[in-house]
Amino acid sequence: MSKEPAAPPSTPPDAPPALELRGIDKRFGAVHANRAITFAVAAGSIHGLIGENGAGKSTLMNIVYGFHRADAGKIRVQGRAVEIGSPQQAIAAGIGMVHQHFMLVENFTVLENVVLGVEGGALLAGALAAARAELGRLARDYGLEVPLDAVVSELSVGLQQRVEILKALYRGAEVLILDEPTAVLTPHEADQLFVMLRRLRAQGKAVILVTHKLREIMAVTDRVTVMKQGAVVAEVATRETSPRGLAEHMVGRAVLLQVEKRPAQPGAELLSVKALEVRDRLGVARLKSVSFNLRAGEIVGIAGVAGNGQSELLEVLAGTRAASRGEISFGGRDLVREQLDPRARRALGLAHVPEDRLRMGVVAGFSAADNAILGYHDAARFNRGGLRDEAAIRAACAAKMAEFDVRPPQPELRLAAFSGGNQQKLVLAREIDADPQVLLIGQPTRGVDIGAIEFIHKRLIALRDAGKALLLVSVELDEILALADRILVMNGGEIIGELARADATEEKIGLMMAGVRAEASP
Amino acid sequence: MSAPAKLPRWAELGLLPLINLGVALVVAGVIIKILGESPLAAFKLMATGALGTQEGIGYTLYYATNFIFTGLAVAVAYHAGLFNIGAEGQAYIGGLGTGLVCLYLGAWPFWVVLPLAVLAGAIFGAMWAFIPAWLQARRGSHIVITTIMFNFIAAALMTYLLVNVLIKPGQQSPETREFSANAVMPAAHELLAKMGITVVATPLNLAFGLALVAAVGVWIFIWRTRWGFALRVAGANSAAAVYAGISPPRIIVGAMLISGALAGGLGLNELMGSQHRILMDFPSGAGFVGIAVALMGRNHPVGIVVAAVLFGALYQGGSQLSFDMPKINRDMVVVIQGLVILLCGAMENVFRAPLTALFARVRSGKGIE
Ligand SMILES: Nc1ncnc2c1ncn2[C@@H]1O[C@H](COP(=O)(O)OP(=O)(O)OP(=O)(O)O)[C@@H](O)[C@H]1O
Ligand SMILES: [Mg+2]
Repeated sequence: MSKEPAAPPSTPPDAPPALELRGIDKRFGAVHANRAITFAVAAGSIHGLIGENGAGKSTLMNIVYGFHRADAGKIRVQGRAVEIGSPQQAIAAGIGMVHQHFMLVENFTVLENVVLGVEGGALLAGALAAARAELGRLARDYGLEVPLDAVVSELSVGLQQRVEILKALYRGAEVLILDEPTAVLTPHEADQLFVMLRRLRAQGKAVILVTHKLREIMAVTDRVTVMKQGAVVAEVATRETSPRGLAEHMVGRAVLLQVEKRPAQPGAELLSVKALEVRDRLGVARLKSVSFNLRAGEIVGIAGVAGNGQSELLEVLAGTRAASRGEISFGGRDLVREQLDPRARRALGLAHVPEDRLRMGVVAGFSAADNAILGYHDAARFNRGGLRDEAAIRAACAAKMAEFDVRPPQPELRLAAFSGGNQQKLVLAREIDADPQVLLIGQPTRGVDIGAIEFIHKRLIALRDAGKALLLVSVELDEILALADRILVMNGGEIIGELARADATEEKIGLMMAGVRAEASP
Repeated sequence: MSAPAKLPRWAELGLLPLINLGVALVVAGVIIKILGESPLAAFKLMATGALGTQEGIGYTLYYATNFIFTGLAVAVAYHAGLFNIGAEGQAYIGGLGTGLVCLYLGAWPFWVVLPLAVLAGAIFGAMWAFIPAWLQARRGSHIVITTIMFNFIAAALMTYLLVNVLIKPGQQSPETREFSANAVMPAAHELLAKMGITVVATPLNLAFGLALVAAVGVWIFIWRTRWGFALRVAGANSAAAVYAGISPPRIIVGAMLISGALAGGLGLNELMGSQHRILMDFPSGAGFVGIAVALMGRNHPVGIVVAAVLFGALYQGGSQLSFDMPKINRDMVVVIQGLVILLCGAMENVFRAPLTALFARVRSGKGIE
């Protein structure tokens, strides 16, 4: 190597950066996803990467990991120029990536998953024994304890993610990329992840963390790079910045981190649930005698540690899961007894934004326009004389895209070609625009940028003010406190207490989430 | 999200099938060479045999008619996420329905018999697809396995019926009597003669037109109706289907009924159009060729029609070949056809990855300049 380019400020002058990108450029048709990006990450540091939805973060990371090929630009790892055309080459160069949708074989054990693809011989036994020893060492060094013989499908999301990190480290990753790793984690799991990332940093690894949560950026990163419309617009040391400053870099204007709202004016009861019970396939009760009601003009938030029945509650109300007992009255009907399917419930005015939107809320291979009518495809406004009204479908999608700022605003584009956050926004647009009487909404701002969070919160409050009822499930306590007028706390499949917003504090909710019942208030 | 690079549309739909076909021909050429004939001469013979004469074209389109019906059948199931291997059996039983109408209602005027024959073929074919569909929807029995088994059951059932029940009395071969003149599909040369155009007589008949109508119908159904939309959603993501209020079991049954009904169209061409009676094994593999046709045609009606004509040409050209080149017998022709099916159908993805990489390289090369 003859002459080294001047090292970026974060790197000690003697050591080359663990990963260095120079002039990375990438277009998808008309979309310029990455514009001459230059970016460096020092070994032994955690580098945050933030930016609006569609700014090009995932594209850049996918280029580094060999999923996409850059149109132009150079990648250097530890000062060496490398050619990365496939994930195999990225791994060989010492780059590992944890995907948001895990790439694990569900019915293999943890050990088998880690060894998969690097068995290094015809007989498995030797590889497994060697891997077991090596993983023991990794677990000790980085605090990555995982039950090696457990089947992956039985692990929690947080543990599955840990398996992904182990996989990358086992393959010798020196640079670890995590694209929105906390979007699927509970706050507690996220904290555990950060403990691990700090250990990785202490051991000299370079970590790139893509996230929309500025709190996380402030908590764990050393430096932050901000992207906007495909270009890097700022790079700063974390301790010299603030969430507000970062938000302005990202969006280009001041962002309301908390939306204003008037006190609720609850009206008539719109939906009521009595003694609702749900059992899973093994007969275990997931919901135990849940009763509550929703009134016009209020937002009811469901708080609880993930896995305490919130997801099941949303699903059984939406009709994607069957109740084993109880009653759901809505629009003068008993949804449980009549076994109404999700379509019939939608027709009555019950809309549902599912928690895992990218899995069950969209069809990735279909156009945005088709996705924008999913669930409403039978509606008269999208059909004419037995055929789909293509013009109306396209126009409706274009209107939603304009309103919710879904980019690029092209109804014909395949959904998979949109950035993660823009896919999320389209689903929210579809369900909010349907103008339902009751909106069930799980993790409304998962994966969307802070500008969009502000907008979505405003829209949800407007829906409330228009006399609709909203049931909100979110792992973000902040979000529940920001939006809800009334808070129900779930624990072990039960509602163990209710708080008016005015009485709710993080401490009170936290105690109830842990299973401490609220004493009857006077 | 992190989808690997895609091919441009023209390469996906045009170039890739051509490469597959080209490789199939090269391999076939090597075999022909080993047999001691000139590959070029053989291919020329096949091409002129299939497309160089009126007779060749007639036969080519006649074979293509069968493949359009079965190809559409496979495609509709495919869009619902189902691999229907049973078009062969569905066509066989569907043909029974058409044949029974022709045999027993053949005294009625043709324009009455025709819709009844179409309907009977569709219903019988659909019925044969219904049982595997129901087993998949309600019991989770895999449709690939059950449809294969139903091909065998169909063959056994038809053998029984033809040998013991429907056989023309006082005859050795297991066939029915001939359909009456009212129950025969007008041949293309007769129809054209009415318009003052004289062409050589071939088995090509009105069923070809019906197949094209079916192709248009499938296109409208799949891409322009809400039912087709629901079917595609269920095929692409069943969790999203449930969320959207689309019942996957219902879609499985509905899609297979349509698929079986389309396969049942084969009897219109083969029995009503050409054989004019019910006989043993009249689908003669068209159900399986339909799988290759659907794959090669990317499960799109236009692609299916094009692929069906190609396979029709291969069949017609192949029989010409076995006729004119003594060293290449009928079995060799089947081997060559099998190669095309293998490379264009089953192995159609083999050349995709290298081609995609090539395109990516060419494009990034441009980007750097
Ligand atoms: N495979 C693709 N085909 C076409 N366009 C694409 C493709 N992948 C990404 N894009 C476009 O590139 C741009 C950048 O997308 P990218 O996924 O990198 O954004 P992001 O910063 O990760 O956003 P988010 O925060 O929403 O995840 C978007 O406009 C997107 O539509
Ligand atoms: Mg992204």
